[in-house]
Amino acid sequence: MNPISEFIKKSRIKSPWVLHFDCGSCNGCDIETLAVLTPVYDVERFGIINVGNPKHADVFLVTGTVNHRNKKVLKNLYDQIPDPKAVIAIGACGLSGGVFREAPNVVGGVDKVIPVDVYVPGCPPKPEAIIDGVVKALELFAAKQEQ
Amino acid sequence: MNSVNVFLALIVGLVLAPAASGLIAGVDRRITARLQSRLGPPILQPFYDVFKLFGKERLLSNYWLAFCSFVYLVAAATATVLFFFQSDLLLIFFVQAVGSVFLVVGALTVPSPYSQVGAHRELLQILTYEPLLVLVIVGIYMVTGSFKVSAIYELNTPLLFHLPLMFLVLGYALTIKLRKSPFDISASHHAHQEIVRGVYTEYVGPYLGIIEVAHWFEIALVLGLVSLFWSTSVIGIILLLMITYFVEILVDNSTSRMTWKWMLGSAWAVGLSFSVINLVWLHYR
Ligand code: SF4
Repeated sequence: MNPISEFIKKSRIKSPWVLHFDCGSCNGCDIETLAVLTPVYDVERFGIINVGNPKHADVFLVTGTVNHRNKKVLKNLYDQIPDPKAVIAIGACGLSGGVFREAPNVVGGVDKVIPVDVYVPGCPPKPEAIIDGVVKALELFAAKQEQ
Repeated sequence: MNSVNVFLALIVGLVLAPAASGLIAGVDRRITARLQSRLGPPILQPFYDVFKLFGKERLLSNYWLAFCSFVYLVAAATATVLFFFQSDLLLIFFVQAVGSVFLVVGALTVPSPYSQVGAHRELLQILTYEPLLVLVIVGIYMVTGSFKVSAIYELNTPLLFHLPLMFLVLGYALTIKLRKSPFDISASHHAHQEIVRGVYTEYVGPYLGIIEVAHWFEIALVLGLVSLFWSTSVIGIILLLMITYFVEILVDNSTSRMTWKWMLGSAWAVGLSFSVINLVWLHYR
């Protein structure tokens, strides 16, 4: 393997740009996710930037319950992220639909619509857990490239 | 210029200058983080970002985007190399302007509203800083009697003493050119709620990386222009560059984004009046 592709591989892990999508959460998970980006946790240390544009993103953070209305948006955003990408579902709602799972308009967790790489449980999860989730996703990134 | 010098200028212009600008961008992010009482990313972060982008999938909404990003890079690189060849300032300036326009053209080829709004704002930015840069070059001409960079190096006193107000005008233009706050209206790092990334929105993966590298060339060019104002001593150049860039970072962190009307009005009012005062003073001295 030549040094340039070696450096590209290393860079992927060092520079994950995240896109945060709120698929109808109660806002609890979103507050915690945004807390991660504040000076207190300062994830920019790890090169993480919240980009707000699927075309520039590497890691897709999804919070909240998927319902029949926003599943199209979720799929659309996922398709616009260029490969390689990772998806992280955050909170009980993102995992399974959470407390809203029995509502008539609810599809369920994020993995009903798009493939999820890392699940971060909690209602809402701690910011530390979210950072752990992103780190885990990056390890997956690295492992995927080894194959 | 003999062939050794040509070779040196090529190496410095094509390799060292963008690499140095990448490092400066890293230091910039670090200082910004410290000013916000954060730790900030590693100094090499801009390189990680760019190389990661080169490894991403090419999802293009329009093939013109690829072409335009290449033209932007080639123009920026050519302008930087011309600078190290100590060529004509006007030529450098026009080559650089062509690149900037192609960035806008690329953004205009896609129907995305963010990209369109960003492109229009970028055009306004170009419209704002280009006349100021031309005035600065005119000022330099009035001192040296030539548009050549090499003529500036023949001066005995630094340009700064002849053109103190022009230096402020250049600083104004640079803040707009570097897309620093309060003039980050077309593409802000932190404005994703407003226009996502403006002109950059539709450039994906490797093409965004190319644009980032082109921007490094532009930073190098811009700092090169600043360095001309103290061309007589190396220490003077380094001090001037460090102070100027630090002030840019301070301004970036202590101001909020303004509207394009304010940008156009204030830049032209300040720029034109300072230039006229300086040029008249130079004429009657
Ligand atoms: S998991 Fe809990 S905090 Fe998160 S969106 Fe669902 S209900 Fe709200």
